[in-house]
Amino acid sequence: MRGRDLLLAISLAAVAFATPAHSQVTFDRLLNSSKEPQNWMTYSGDYLGRRFSALDQVSTANASALTAKWVYQTAATGKLETSPLVVDGILYATAQDDRAFALDARTGRPIWMYQHALPGDIRPCCGRVNRGLAILGDKVFLGTLDAHVIALDAKTGNVAWDVVAADYRTGNSFTVAPLALKDLVVIGVSGGEYGVRGFIDAYDAATGKRRWRFYTVPGPGEPGHETWEGDSWQVGGAPAWNTGTYDAATNQIFWPTGNPAPSNRGEGRSGDNLYSNTLLALNADTGKLNWYFQFTKHDEHDWDATQVPVIIDTNGDSGAKHLIAQADRNGFFYVLDRTSGKLISANPYGKTTWSDAKDGEGRPIANQSASPTLEGHTVCPGAAGTTNFMAPAYDPQTGLFYVTARDQCDIFSTAPQPYEAGHAYYGSAYFPSEEAKPYRGFLKAIDPATGQVKWKFEHTSPTWSGVLSTAGGLVFTGDAEGNFIAMDAAAGKPQWHFQMGGAVYAPPMAFAVDGREYIAIAAGSAIYAFGLP
Amino acid sequence: MSSTTHRAEGTMRMSERSRRHMLAALALCFAVTTWVHAGDDRNPLAGDPKAVKAGEYEFRINCALCHGLGARGGGRGPDLTRAQKKHTHSDSEMFQVISNGIAGTAMPANGTNGQGVGMTDEEIWQIIAYIRSQEVKAPSQPLGNATHGKDLFYGDANCSLCHMVAGKGGRFGPELTGVGGSRTREAIIDSVRNPSRRLAWGLNEATKEFPQEYESVTVVTADGKEIKGVTLNEDSFTVQIMDTNEQIHLLEKDKLRSFQKSRESAMPKYNADTLSDKELDDIVAYLISVGAK
Repeated sequence: MRGRDLLLAISLAAVAFATPAHSQVTFDRLLNSSKEPQNWMTYSGDYLGRRFSALDQVSTANASALTAKWVYQTAATGKLETSPLVVDGILYATAQDDRAFALDARTGRPIWMYQHALPGDIRPCCGRVNRGLAILGDKVFLGTLDAHVIALDAKTGNVAWDVVAADYRTGNSFTVAPLALKDLVVIGVSGGEYGVRGFIDAYDAATGKRRWRFYTVPGPGEPGHETWEGDSWQVGGAPAWNTGTYDAATNQIFWPTGNPAPSNRGEGRSGDNLYSNTLLALNADTGKLNWYFQFTKHDEHDWDATQVPVIIDTNGDSGAKHLIAQADRNGFFYVLDRTSGKLISANPYGKTTWSDAKDGEGRPIANQSASPTLEGHTVCPGAAGTTNFMAPAYDPQTGLFYVTARDQCDIFSTAPQPYEAGHAYYGSAYFPSEEAKPYRGFLKAIDPATGQVKWKFEHTSPTWSGVLSTAGGLVFTGDAEGNFIAMDAAAGKPQWHFQMGGAVYAPPMAFAVDGREYIAIAAGSAIYAFGLP
Repeated sequence: MSSTTHRAEGTMRMSERSRRHMLAALALCFAVTTWVHAGDDRNPLAGDPKAVKAGEYEFRINCALCHGLGARGGGRGPDLTRAQKKHTHSDSEMFQVISNGIAGTAMPANGTNGQGVGMTDEEIWQIIAYIRSQEVKAPSQPLGNATHGKDLFYGDANCSLCHMVAGKGGRFGPELTGVGGSRTREAIIDSVRNPSRRLAWGLNEATKEFPQEYESVTVVTADGKEIKGVTLNEDSFTVQIMDTNEQIHLLEKDKLRSFQKSRESAMPKYNADTLSDKELDDIVAYLISVGAK
């Protein structure tokens, strides 16, 4: 093992030497990210959404020796949801209220900081959060809570361009880490709680000029418009607030969408409400729709399907399969053929009470009794979902899909509510059900071939942490009690943990500098980096 | 409906749009000024039926989790239909409390409770208008005899063996000095009659989603010693326990021989035979008299 570590260190050093520090991040580099495992250049670490690091210096053989290398205090308050990027020794990340910063990835010492000036009357949904940056060329890209898309010079943090995508006063905002590909920056809007009309935009990375927009709620005359009652489409929600994935072979972007608005009230928007809670396959150059798959039709429980859709290729006895898998907020794990969008399987991976039947395609469909009522009644999962924005991981070595899950049920109530621009538009409320306590939180390892949970680790309480898997045979995750935990990827047994002093709402990632592997994660209001002594 | 009726700004002439923006800005200035002045005492939206209705929607989203649908109090928050409130009297005080929360209590600052989206100033005033519309005069004679309730609390009912009020009593159960001001009478009675139905909250960490609850715990240490108590805190690797003798035990889970948690409260279930309805009314009257101070 020692010899292997040494070899890795030498090869990493060679890569670092061959790639001059601070060189341009070309599309070619992003596309071939597996060739430079020392860098983490997209939200999920690759275009496939796997959140898998090929680094193996830290492994099941030595994880117990992991130690904190540095801590960077952002001094931000609230939930820190950022997933850092690392390119050539520099770490780029964000914190609440749309601040961005670059750190020396070896020490955590800041190089530059940018703070976007936010108006006082923004309409964030669920905290003043941001999930990270994208990088391309000599720029990093930030979406803001007042619905700007901003390009910053990667060396200085200076603003290169700043465009307004939509009116924040009607509830539009950005919390998502954008996805950069080709010469484009792709970003999806938040605001399902305010009755926005959702969209996904692509901007010219060099100039900020908008190249295309895909409205996630079709307008009059467009296919799918008929799935909305009357004018309800105009405030139909279907936001797109988590980062999608990209398949270069077919030049398709896979981007998931969120709940129809108002979230708790189906009355007034009868129909399937396309393309809410849907996986969209869009042509990357034009934003045109190739296919779609709707996970929850006519949702009344706020089950945004905005979970990262993970691209998986398998080559079994029955030949090569081009799949895309999503652990959905509604409690089912879906595997689709990503060429056609056809459903292959849907299996529950947590406690669900809303569906006892499947339609002809095999899609779980809602029981009539699951609809919210005026006084409220209990449905599982709750509005937080079996999972939510927490990034999953797929490990090509174990073939397992790792996802943070929770068993919690909520009391869903509904009441008529007129739409008023810029005001929360829920159609009533949901509360955690006291009777359904205790709520339980897990890391679950799902076999995509069968949809079955192969192992699970139970946390003390539910967590919002994402998951990282590494070639060292490890998965990393954080918990609500502030622990950062390394487990063996095959069985889910903890190998090491570190108490960070604040709850985790962010996913881990891995990188290497000067031949040394680091694992980083945000917790509390700080970013932590760990490595071997 | 056609799309032309919607999002009119795209079809508006520039001059008209500028004029409207200016008018809107002026209106906003006026509104802000009005609110600042109104901040002295009165809600600028007081009595406005539209504001009351809008406030009801906002209340369901942002407040009802603790204060109950209809503001009549839930298990965690006080009944806001009581005209006499502990922390607020004027509308502007209520505005401050909703905006900033109440330090040292479960009442969070606007937008930080994980429920809802946070409220604008206008929406807070709407909620206040709604709460005022729900208020009823408190009964002139409070139920129960507080003096007798105090005797019971510290005497025959044995409450003070585990609970502290105003610096006197035990440490094993939740401190109850403020409970009469922050819980409904019904919630207090329920927690005595059915203590396991809704476990009391303990430590509430700043960044954690759920507070620690008063779960019962039994552990056997490596040397065979059994400890029974309540969890002060817990994570996947450690647990902090207070035992029935008020001793704190700091334990690593992987060094224990056994670790068992239970949602059966350590608080004995007081039925009508052990504590009559009249006696319970007296104890609640005592807690309310202390909590209102």
